[in-house]
Amino acid sequence: MASSRTRGALRPDCRAVLVGLGLLMTALLLALAPAHAQSLDDTFAAAVQALDARKFSGKAEAVEALGALDDDRAISVLEAFADGRLYRRKADKLVFIGTRDDKTYILTNPVDGTEIGTVASRAVKRIVANNKLRGQIRGVLGQLALFSADPDTRRAAAENVIASPSDDSLPLLKRARDRETDAGVRATLETGIAMLELASDDRDLRLAAVAALADRSDPAIKSALEQRLLANDEGGFVEPDAEIRATVQAAVEDIEDRLALFGLAENLIFGLSLGSVLLLAAIGLAITFGVMGVINMAYGEMIMLGAYTTFLVQEIFRSSLPPEVFGWYVAAAIPAAFLVAAGFGVLIERGCIRFLYGRPLETLLATWGVSLILQQLVRSLFGANNREVANPDWISGAVSLGGGVSITLNRVYIIIFSLVVVVALAAFIRHSRFGLQMRAVTQNRGMASAMGIRTGRVDALTFALGSGIAGVAGVALSQISNVSPNLGQNFIVDSFMVVVFGGVGSLWGTIVGAFSLGIVNKFLEPVSGAILGKVVVLVIIILFIQKRPRGLFALKGRAAEA
Amino acid sequence: MFKSLKILAAAGALAGSLTMATTAQAADTIKVGILHSLSGTMAISETALKDVMLFLIDEQNKKGGLLGKQIEPVVVDPASDWPLFAEKARELIEQHKVDVVFGNWTSVSRKSVLPVFEELNGMLFYPVQYEGEESSRNIFYTGAAPNQQAIPAVEYLMSEDGGEAKRWVLAGTDYVYPRTTNKILEAFLKAKGVPASDIMINYTPFGHSDWQTIVSDIKKFAAAGKKTAVVSTINGDANVPFYKELANQGIKAEDIPVVAFSVGEEELAGIDTGPLVGHLAAWNYFMSVDDDTNSDVISKWHAFIGDDARVFNDPMEAHYIGFNMWVQAVEQAGTTNIDAVRQAMYGQEVKNLTGGPAVMNVNHPLSKPVLIGEIQDDGQFATVWETDGVVVGDAWSDFIPESAKLTADWTYPWVCGNCEKPKHLTN
Repeated sequence: MASSRTRGALRPDCRAVLVGLGLLMTALLLALAPAHAQSLDDTFAAAVQALDARKFSGKAEAVEALGALDDDRAISVLEAFADGRLYRRKADKLVFIGTRDDKTYILTNPVDGTEIGTVASRAVKRIVANNKLRGQIRGVLGQLALFSADPDTRRAAAENVIASPSDDSLPLLKRARDRETDAGVRATLETGIAMLELASDDRDLRLAAVAALADRSDPAIKSALEQRLLANDEGGFVEPDAEIRATVQAAVEDIEDRLALFGLAENLIFGLSLGSVLLLAAIGLAITFGVMGVINMAYGEMIMLGAYTTFLVQEIFRSSLPPEVFGWYVAAAIPAAFLVAAGFGVLIERGCIRFLYGRPLETLLATWGVSLILQQLVRSLFGANNREVANPDWISGAVSLGGGVSITLNRVYIIIFSLVVVVALAAFIRHSRFGLQMRAVTQNRGMASAMGIRTGRVDALTFALGSGIAGVAGVALSQISNVSPNLGQNFIVDSFMVVVFGGVGSLWGTIVGAFSLGIVNKFLEPVSGAILGKVVVLVIIILFIQKRPRGLFALKGRAAEA
Repeated sequence: MFKSLKILAAAGALAGSLTMATTAQAADTIKVGILHSLSGTMAISETALKDVMLFLIDEQNKKGGLLGKQIEPVVVDPASDWPLFAEKARELIEQHKVDVVFGNWTSVSRKSVLPVFEELNGMLFYPVQYEGEESSRNIFYTGAAPNQQAIPAVEYLMSEDGGEAKRWVLAGTDYVYPRTTNKILEAFLKAKGVPASDIMINYTPFGHSDWQTIVSDIKKFAAAGKKTAVVSTINGDANVPFYKELANQGIKAEDIPVVAFSVGEEELAGIDTGPLVGHLAAWNYFMSVDDDTNSDVISKWHAFIGDDARVFNDPMEAHYIGFNMWVQAVEQAGTTNIDAVRQAMYGQEVKNLTGGPAVMNVNHPLSKPVLIGEIQDDGQFATVWETDGVVVGDAWSDFIPESAKLTADWTYPWVCGNCEKPKHLTN
């Protein structure tokens, strides 16, 4: 009832506006030729309407024209166009900004920002932008935003303008520099100006530009400088002056040296990041395989269950909690994934593995079967397709470390997270009562039993702990990998590799093993390619195991014999 | 070893039950074999193709079947296991005596069944884009050949609308399709005057998930001041972490566009498409194309499958074309005899779902239009470019010197898939 009333109330309104707008447009088109006596609104509305050109070239001209109006309203229209939120209403071909609301669109008038009303999705057609247009829009927006009040916006704008430089940007950048108060943004602008002035006709300006750029460590600056050293079509060089060429040459070499150092740092950081992923994947296995000696082929599926739990938690957050807290679903998924995976771990241990202690081959086969069952179970419940797990905003993006080196935030969090998990686990095993019992049972089952420890219960709980940690790893891996029924298989071999390499039964060995494998892999990858790199790592491990069959950190004493 | 034994046993059981089911049926049906993986890594893509075949057969039966008989689907599961594909193909032809087979996704599985179809003179419709360099008498290729997907995509990126790319990263998964496609593309780019220093080729294993180094390399490669584009033949699953890494490292589609040949609506269904907006895909069909037949088929498909959220993608359209062509050829030949139907296939025309015709050529790939689309935030593509008419599929690439002189033509006087001279033979 209420809704019908609102609709009824809106309709005449909406129609009136429409008719008005339609009249306005016609009037406007007629009035376009004599350029005098136009109100600002009309010019703007016509410029917006022009965006709905049939060809991309026409749209590009319209974007340029809209940017040249120097009208603040252009910013929101161009942003909407770049984001694909600009629509043509099929009935009257007018252009609106639309916001999707399930199967309907809420239309907004681009000229005065008023809401026009809601229409069905079939009544409008999106005005499509392509990459080239989006790049152009970003440039135009960048020019508008160079003079924004917010220094961060100004910096981003300056970077955008520099990324797609043109000869017209030079006066613009200079104007912005002269007005700039923030030192950081100013430096960015100076860099951009220097890069453009490299091609100046004035020798002194060129020399000054080279001097200004010589101490930077940025691949883009290096290639800008290198351009000056190339031969041109007439047989000379792009840079005519020999003295400047020598200065440029020296600057390029300096930058190259610094970039090589940054390259080393980059490989090291990428290696740490890959190592932390390996560590997370392997740490649970270090307990079930390393401490208990159970070869659990269904281990990867515990990771997979953790990832699917993350998906479920995300769906619950999405459907029944306010959107502000959505970003924290990852945190809520951690205990949930631990419990789910630990629960399955107990089931597998009590239902299957405990009958097979001391028979590694049978355990291997039985758990392989369990892994197939779990995969098919998940495939039947969730379908064979990948499930979408979104990165919350606080996990998206990257930190720039200079010199073109950046590491993505999700990887930073995973490095931190893996270390927290390992430290917590080590502390738990070392200092808790259960940890003591666990170590007692693994070192000497008979004696532990004689001391009154219920070894069966300890076995089950240890297995649950290892599985639970695999589930927690699944939460982290869902952020960087596909959530599919095959997720676990991708990690099982790597996990075993890490544990065997690090030394069976040694947590410390697992840590060192994971990070050294990660770093070796990342140093090999640029040289040999990803595939050969993996092969080389495997060969290294095989040779290493020949030499030290018990891995990096071999346990001494009876535990190792078991 | 044990895995394959287990699968064999399961397959045996399945085969047994199917045989029983079919013998119970009336003998007077036309049997269509469906050879798509329903388990294992390829199940993600191939299950939908099995469903679409059942849908097409159901539609045809509603129209009264074919030659007055009902069409009966025979579904087998080769479980993403390449050798098992060959066994299942043999089972379909020898035991179930099917009249035609629709199936396969990966090129390696097609290479595995090819000798079986040639030995037993079967007929296979292969619905996925492929690397070319092959034409078998017994296979009809309804997916795109390289000149119907890869080459137009690169030409688009070279054009003014596409951003005039000058440097190229060819990134692929390490198997036959990307390797061959990249070989063709490299030759094509060099023929267009791109120097070798402006081409970077990179291969990664299946399911690669750690893209930090490669994305960082691409970034450095693109910092050379020329517009750079990435041509991705990265296979299904590994795409998600690749795009995620690109987005997280701040690479936008405007800066470095990625055009993919293996990413369609079905693959996007499992991805948060926000960071992917603007990246490109080249196909012969997009679900979003505004066409009456297209929306009609999609709504029937949704009704059949009982789920409005299910997508319809390029290989599914290829099956739609292939199946309808086969139906027309059978009607024309008046029999399901393989040799008669094959002769009737040539020149057979079906309306494709984007509004144009699809025609079967004598070299066995189709003539189809080529579309370039940009990924939208709703997981669909917006068409930004398309060919004026249809493009004739090329079995042998003109850009590989040793292939350029080969001709595939299965009509007299050639009757050959890879000949330099006509053979004047009929067998």
